[in-house]
Amino acid sequence: MTPQERIEALLCHWAKVHGEQGDVVLSSRVRLARNLRGIPFPARGQDAQLEAVVAAVEKAVARVSSFKLTKLEALSPLDRLVLVEKHLVSPQFIENPTHRAVILRADEAVSIMVNEEDHLRIQVILPGLALQEAWRVADEIDDLCEAHLDYAFDERRGYLTACPTNVGTGMRASVMLHLPGLILVDQARKVLAALGHLGFNVRGLYGEGSEAHGGIFQLSNQVTLGKTEEETINTMLSACRQVIDHERAARQALLRDARLQLEDRIWRSYGILASCRLLSSEEALRLLSDLKLGLDLGLISGLPPQLMKELLLLTRVGFLQKIVGKELGPSERDYYRAALVGERLRGE
Amino acid sequence: MRALLCEHCRERQATVHITQVINDKRIELNLCPICYQKEAGKFNLLVQPDFNFHSILAGLLQSAAPEAVPAPVTGVCRNCGLTFSDFTKAGQLGCSECYEQFVEPLEPVLRRIHGNALHVGKVPRRTGVRVRTRKEIENLRARLQEAIRREAYEEAARLRDEIRRREKELTEGGGQP
Repeated sequence: MTPQERIEALLCHWAKVHGEQGDVVLSSRVRLARNLRGIPFPARGQDAQLEAVVAAVEKAVARVSSFKLTKLEALSPLDRLVLVEKHLVSPQFIENPTHRAVILRADEAVSIMVNEEDHLRIQVILPGLALQEAWRVADEIDDLCEAHLDYAFDERRGYLTACPTNVGTGMRASVMLHLPGLILVDQARKVLAALGHLGFNVRGLYGEGSEAHGGIFQLSNQVTLGKTEEETINTMLSACRQVIDHERAARQALLRDARLQLEDRIWRSYGILASCRLLSSEEALRLLSDLKLGLDLGLISGLPPQLMKELLLLTRVGFLQKIVGKELGPSERDYYRAALVGERLRGE
Repeated sequence: MRALLCEHCRERQATVHITQVINDKRIELNLCPICYQKEAGKFNLLVQPDFNFHSILAGLLQSAAPEAVPAPVTGVCRNCGLTFSDFTKAGQLGCSECYEQFVEPLEPVLRRIHGNALHVGKVPRRTGVRVRTRKEIENLRARLQEAIRREAYEEAARLRDEIRRREKELTEGGGQP
């Protein structure tokens, strides 16, 4: 395999494709929490019970040839970290690998975590704005599992989950948004606060506290009881469309009123990405955000539109070590990160 | 968005925000996690640096408990041994049977979180056949009332027959919930 082929094989579906409204929406995800009737939830389950859950789920999906179950203990810590970086499993999931397994579809658009907080976490993640499609696929896989598994379901409470914040539909729908324009015109806080009032959760995807590195935010639904899946998805879609409109308006305002400054910023970032020798993950996020903005506004051409998503993943700590093929200390990471991004931008 | 810098080291981002009132004097502190660790001992701080979502929920449940549930909730889940006090501490239930065991004390908790306590979404395709039939019958009954109100008796008769047919399905269906 050439290095480029190896990289291609490492990436997952949502990062390889630009997708609908891909200038603002990086990916859409639908996750369903499901449990088996009568068996204690993973935090309280005994070893034998949790093993039995893994076996039952494995049997339930056995007929689907594109699904492959892997026990978490069979993976190296590095491979577990890469799964988190791809957003295929949660960071909590890899904290304790015992009795945990992950089922992945060949294209990695579908993942099922077994024995995370709930017995099953069915997750579909697609590029761009595709919540309805993600729900459709998740719904299908849910039916497929339920044909062989006795779910914990109550007529009044819906799907029963370990945490009462998930009970009902057990569905958490989310979108990853890139909002550099709103940040530059200092409107992001206002727009995101408005979404909070409408019952959505908004948080910066990278970085801590209120700071969202790379201008990337995750928007998700809060309520799972008293609303149907379709209602939740439709409300989210209409909220997303409004955020997209605001973001695009902000970008056009920047082009109209401060084009030179915007171009200067974007090309400076491009310059650093293409020729720096050391690159920290935080700086990479910030510069890649500018690169994406430049690509989406047509200020930079000749590069694929999904490039930022690719590099977003490839520059993460786990990915880097996977690509280089050895363990890297912090300063080595910065060196290899710079080299990788530079080669990709210069088309080497 | 500008990051708030730690008031102590002026280098890292402040992610711990503390307000204390001592003798009517208000002290506000914005610290990074590292300086927080160093400073925490000087103050009688109640916040824990590693607080997470479940601890917030647990706090919410504990503060909600006195007004929402008059008497302490007793009883243990027969299936997994969880007590309601275990739940208010951890913010998580033990198994699916807990929802039945603690049905009453959970009601206000669910309302507080979701503004609602009744599921209206998907019903499992295989094991939920009876639930779906029951929901359809409820729906048919509402339409029957509506038809009677409109004096559309032919339609009402048709709906009544349909309800009888579906109810017969339920009684003949047997064991499943």
